[in-house]
Amino acid sequence: MYNTGNLVKEMVERHGRNRDSLMPILQDIVGRHNYLTDEAMVEVAKELDISAAEVYGTASFYSFLDTEPRGRYVIRVCKTITCSMKGKNDILGAIEDLLKIKLGETTLDNQFSLLETNCIGWCHKAPAILINDMPYTELTPEKVLDVIKGYMNK
Amino acid sequence: MINLKINDQHVNVPEGTTVLNAAKELGINIPTLCNHKDLCVAGNCRVCVVEQKGARTLIAACAMPASEGMEIYTNSLKVRNARKHIVELLLSEHKSDCTKCYKNQKCELQRLANEYSFGEEVFLDLTEEVKYKIDRSSPSFIKDDSKCIRCQRCVRTCSQLQQVSAIAVANKGSHQKISSFHDRPMSHVVCTNCGQCVNRCPTGALVEKTYIDLVWDAIYDSDKHVVVQTAPAVRVALGEDLGYDPGERVTGKMVTALKQLGFDSVLDTDFTADLTIMEEGTELLTRLKKALVDGDKEISLPMFTSCSPGWIKFIEHKYPKLLNNLSTCKSPQQMFGALSKTYFAQKRNIDPSKIVSVSIMPCTAKKYEADRPEMRSSGYKDVDYVLTTRELAVMVKQAGIDFRNLEETKYDSVMGDSTGAAVIFGATGGVMEAALRTAYEIVTGREVPFKNLNIAPVRGMDGVKEATVKIEGTTEDWNFLEGAELKVAIAHGLVNANKIARAVAEGKASYHFIEIMACPGGCIGGGGQPIPTNMEIRQKRMEAIYSEDENLPLRKSHENPEVIAIYNDFLTKPNSHKSHELLHTHYVERESY
Ligand code: SF4
Ligand code: SF4
Ligand code: SF4
Ligand code: FES
Repeated sequence: MYNTGNLVKEMVERHGRNRDSLMPILQDIVGRHNYLTDEAMVEVAKELDISAAEVYGTASFYSFLDTEPRGRYVIRVCKTITCSMKGKNDILGAIEDLLKIKLGETTLDNQFSLLETNCIGWCHKAPAILINDMPYTELTPEKVLDVIKGYMNK
Repeated sequence: MINLKINDQHVNVPEGTTVLNAAKELGINIPTLCNHKDLCVAGNCRVCVVEQKGARTLIAACAMPASEGMEIYTNSLKVRNARKHIVELLLSEHKSDCTKCYKNQKCELQRLANEYSFGEEVFLDLTEEVKYKIDRSSPSFIKDDSKCIRCQRCVRTCSQLQQVSAIAVANKGSHQKISSFHDRPMSHVVCTNCGQCVNRCPTGALVEKTYIDLVWDAIYDSDKHVVVQTAPAVRVALGEDLGYDPGERVTGKMVTALKQLGFDSVLDTDFTADLTIMEEGTELLTRLKKALVDGDKEISLPMFTSCSPGWIKFIEHKYPKLLNNLSTCKSPQQMFGALSKTYFAQKRNIDPSKIVSVSIMPCTAKKYEADRPEMRSSGYKDVDYVLTTRELAVMVKQAGIDFRNLEETKYDSVMGDSTGAAVIFGATGGVMEAALRTAYEIVTGREVPFKNLNIAPVRGMDGVKEATVKIEGTTEDWNFLEGAELKVAIAHGLVNANKIARAVAEGKASYHFIEIMACPGGCIGGGGQPIPTNMEIRQKRMEAIYSEDENLPLRKSHENPEVIAIYNDFLTKPNSHKSHELLHTHYVERESY
């Protein structure tokens, strides 16, 4: 959980209070904290004078506007057919073993969350994962461990 | 005007008319699900598809405006097959256990399934795969996602008519669902329990929480004295569920039916509606006096009415700063409940612990109101069970009563007398009109200066109404009001209530007294009223209410003989200590999600 503090006010200042500002505001919050807390959604709703259910409804439509608590680094493993055929399951297994979490979970130290995603457009360099916004491609189980260890030491 | 052909028949319609409505002109029925007369076009269910000559794909009749020279076929093979598949697809994601479903025989989806008489399953049954949620947390209604076809009538209702948006569309694709904020229980979000969504849901996904069986249990318990009260708006709508046309009044037959059902005393909420006028009118005049004469800065004006529990919950969530502006009067239902186990028990010499107090309401929010912890001032739960108009119709049918051929009878006593002023509580503007009829007379000793007591400016279906009443010729006690202009406003439907509440919150309103009803049209359009409810039907029910008023010998609350008697025998005077104990309440601030 992060503290919303002045975050929402700041975003509203930047993007305005129109209904159209909803998406950019939510995107910016997620850009900074990886997910939307209930508190943040309620505050956005108040600022834009819409209901909290509408904010939640919008956020829940987009996979990348997460409404569940996530770690600092969100790992998204592409589950689409090309990546699957090129060894996605081995990649996933390697990450699970390293981080000691299962798909959908977050490490106890809140550093990593492990999710699947639909196609991220890297089929030609499958298998691929995303860590936050950064794609990593043509992975092998060994390579992916190096990548993640790199983040562990950050 | 636009000329087009539907099923080879010519029709002329004004520009902007949809194909659906153009077909209606010709008496051609096109099935619909997501479409509703009160709501904007959604075009998402597709069961209304029709074929347009020359067009590549089928078009949605509810969304497509008629255009010049169009040739439409509503029943071609292509249309029939498409429609059939569309309904079959809806059913493949729908838990079709009709015989156990509350909407059995009243369901629009079932009706379509019946019309297209499906045999074996064509598509895979997907309902096994999904864990559906059934939310029973609200005392007013049940939300069963396994019955939801995601037509979004409820979402549009809650946003367009009520501006609450307690529910919205969440997730996407096969995971799409109608959800509150973070899928929290409906009892824990901004939902006002108004039931407008329930009234519009075509399936069993949103239905009132029924208490019929508990009421039957009470009736069959010979140890109990079961008291029933009926709200003003029930008598002008109940008939619709029993084979009458909208707008037919069935007051006398309803009373007889209730007696035949086995209620021990059949009484009238209208009695406490009259009492509300005495209490609320006095409260208003007192506030005005304190503010104008004593210069008391603590007094909150304007004063809002408080008889609509949906409105109360709305303001508690959205405008907690305005709670002091609410009248402290309980709603007529709750005044009645409190008195049924005190005054009535005394008068009739019945042990209050043996009294079961039932009310028949046009409203689902009343179920919630009866459950509020504040509503126990008699020492018991003041109102035990609330049934909607629809549930009463079900009971009448269950009991095998031939409603049409019933004699008309009168309410029992005490607490069965009422006036026309109480009856009009059922329509938007009615509380205001009733209050003005009495308050003006208290202050001036004369009747309100409107022809035949009909205060036309506060009547009608405009979302927000305003009126000014100049007070002249006051009696000595009230001469501080001489020449004053009493400014009043009326709103119905929470979208309109919100406009006024916001103006008041921002200090931009100069009213003294404001009537608010949560439902469009007031209680006649309540969430517990017969389905369908739409503008045309609300209008008819409203006309029925006003003719009921005109036909009553007494039309001013303060003339109700039982009201006079209760002040003499029990309450002493309006806003007395005892009144405050039993008939007034307080409000709580609530969260904004
Ligand atoms: S919602 Fe309609 S179709 Fe579905 S089970 Fe109930 S009655 Fe049957
Ligand atoms: S709950 Fe009812 S009205 Fe709402 S989307 Fe589902 S079926 Fe339609
Ligand atoms: S009961 Fe009223 S407030 Fe609640 S979800 Fe339905 S329409 Fe909205
Ligand atoms: S009624 Fe036309 S698309 Fe639903």
